[in-house]
Amino acid sequence: MTAKDLRNPLKVARGLGSSQSGVGHWWTQRVTAAALVVLLIWFVITVLGLLHADYATALATVAKPWNALLLIVLLVTMFWHAVLGLQVVIEDYVHTRWKEVLSLVLIKFLAVLGALASVLAVLRIALTH
Amino acid sequence: MADTRRPLSPHLQIYKWQVQMVSSILHRATGIALAVGTVLVVAGLLHLAAGRESFDQFKNIIGNPVGEILLVGWTWALFYHLCNGIRHLVQDTGAGYAIAQFVRSSWLSVVLSLVLTAAVWAYVLTAGGAV
Repeated sequence: MTAKDLRNPLKVARGLGSSQSGVGHWWTQRVTAAALVVLLIWFVITVLGLLHADYATALATVAKPWNALLLIVLLVTMFWHAVLGLQVVIEDYVHTRWKEVLSLVLIKFLAVLGALASVLAVLRIALTH
Repeated sequence: MADTRRPLSPHLQIYKWQVQMVSSILHRATGIALAVGTVLVVAGLLHLAAGRESFDQFKNIIGNPVGEILLVGWTWALFYHLCNGIRHLVQDTGAGYAIAQFVRSSWLSVVLSLVLTAAVWAYVLTAGGAV
């Protein structure tokens, strides 16, 4: 423990904050946001177009190559952007270290699970219809 | 780890409410709401892939009054986060930081998101409801 006091303060500060990642988080949040502007406008119009559509029409719409592709891009971008945003909220408000780390890992697990489950569902529809 | 005995800023309880802080708080709140709302998108796609009965079940769940109220809420959350997100992207270029512009664009996000939500649900209701 006494050795800790002899360390240069810089040694303690290194590796914290944005070292190694720089503006990576900030920039990725902006790039996914820009993509989501376009993708979500397309998504809202597509969903409104499916209002009162029967089951076969809904399947056929998702199965169209361009729709399936854009839907998969939307799902991946959406979950990615959600993780980046939730991460900042957790880092801002959760002040107990173990709870913070646990929450950060948990949202990543859930996001990957959600993204893979929904992408697999789209692929299942697109490849079988 | 932050020393929480220090005075923490901002002291929200002594601030006069103004639209700039409302637009900022709402951006976070709607972001969290939308992250929860991804469950709905995943559930919809899984039910669609699982077959006709499964999809009908999903439509029944979102078609009940509580489901529809949640859908209206998520529609507004989506449009608000979208409008205010575009506002933030514009501000990232360094534009719009004069106080008058900042207040005006805050109001624009709030009002435009309400107008878009009303427009979508007016369309849905005139077309005979969500389900």
